[in-house]
Amino acid sequence: MLCENCGKRPATVHYTQIINGVKTEMHLCEVCAKQKGSIEFDAPFSVTNFLAGILEPAFGTQVLKPSFEMQLTCKGCGMTFDEFRRAGRFGCAMCYSSFSEKLYPIFRRIHGNTKHVGKIPTKMGEDIAIKREIDRLKIELNVAIKNEEYEKAAQIRDKIRELEKKLSRE
Amino acid sequence: MSDIVITSRIRLARNLSDVPFTIKMNDYDASNVIDRVRDVILKNKQYHFEFFEIKKLPLIKRQVLIEKHLISPALASSKIKSAVAIDQNENISIMINEEDHLRIQVLYRGQQIQKAWEDANRIDDFLEQHLSYAYDETWGYLTSCPTNVGTGLRASFMLHLPALTLLGYMKGIIDTITKLGIAVRGFYGEGSEAAGNLYQISNQITLGQPEEDIIANVVSITNQIIEQEQQARLKLLSENRAFVEDKVYRAYGILKYARNISSNEALKLISDVRMGISMGIIKETTIDRLDVLLNLIQPAIIQDYFGREMTPEERDIKRAELIRKILE
Repeated sequence: MLCENCGKRPATVHYTQIINGVKTEMHLCEVCAKQKGSIEFDAPFSVTNFLAGILEPAFGTQVLKPSFEMQLTCKGCGMTFDEFRRAGRFGCAMCYSSFSEKLYPIFRRIHGNTKHVGKIPTKMGEDIAIKREIDRLKIELNVAIKNEEYEKAAQIRDKIRELEKKLSRE
Repeated sequence: MSDIVITSRIRLARNLSDVPFTIKMNDYDASNVIDRVRDVILKNKQYHFEFFEIKKLPLIKRQVLIEKHLISPALASSKIKSAVAIDQNENISIMINEEDHLRIQVLYRGQQIQKAWEDANRIDDFLEQHLSYAYDETWGYLTSCPTNVGTGLRASFMLHLPALTLLGYMKGIIDTITKLGIAVRGFYGEGSEAAGNLYQISNQITLGQPEEDIIANVVSITNQIIEQEQQARLKLLSENRAFVEDKVYRAYGILKYARNISSNEALKLISDVRMGISMGIIKETTIDRLDVLLNLIQPAIIQDYFGREMTPEERDIKRAELIRKILE
């Protein structure tokens, strides 16, 4: 295949661009591709380039918004949601909970899914079981208080405290 | 089948829960992760790991590791402190401070994806016993990039598809399988060309499917591609036998007698001869030898093989010499 731009040299750079769901393909030689300047040669097809597109808001790119609205910030590393969108990378594990609600549509677009159903780390598996047990006991506690079974409630409360201690130790 | 599947690879992306991800890391964080992971890895009695800090490795050694697919180019040129642990058989590598704190990778020759997954899973279990992973009940393993969240798993095959390429079917195949959540890349992964008709096929979706299903999906699509490649080879043989014979024998002739050859040219010719062997046209050498060559011809590995640094011109001469020796 010859370069689409000069029609002389063989096309060695095949560039696919997706903007708002519209796919354009270009087949260029290295010289013309460099001139076009739209392609970074170090990482021509890096995931980040595509991600930036995916992470853009659905309508247009530069929607004017009052800046205070955009300052969703991670409590762990201080990364803002805007920063994340530009970099296509999270700053720390807490970014996930900090940006939580905004992530559902993003994950749906990338993976078609928003819930992990695979491996659970063994250690974490225990934690998850403890958390579930605490949730169950809390409901039981409320029922006991409502029924004015204070002795039983005290026992449940102690059990919850014990489990919470176990969680924080790990 | 092994003449079409060159390698099988499993990669797991993992992060520690209490350290910023690599994009927000400082020097202290980077050293902290390396030290903690090193301590744990060296405790493992099942595999014998050797540990390397990337910045302490000479450039040529780093390039050798890239060409052997044991580290990524990103790790080799990382601005933050990074490291790698490699098992003595060079099937397993654990990259530290690449895009994620940990990248567990298992690579085997031929179709051995199940074995690769079992190894990776076992090492992951071991590491997890001693390290606290970033994990969320809803989103699974938390990764630096949203494209890896969930299982953090990438299952991939390196396939040799000369007939499909020659007949011009690859574009259509790539278009179809990308719609099925499968990515196609070149020899060196993301952004590289399919040099030598080598294509890397891997899953793109990591969230919402169990690991076993993700792997089964990649295997199933790969098997279909293999079948198509076999069909394409038959078609070539039945319709263009003279052309194919000429092509592979010319390639074999050049490899056998050239005195000066670049890695790119060698890669193309090896691809042709490799196809010729599996089609039963060339009987003078074996697929195994060609696969040895596929590795040895690479710029850094060849210098490593001869134990000294060489100019590109010198390399081309030595490469031709090495190829002649192995094809004798």
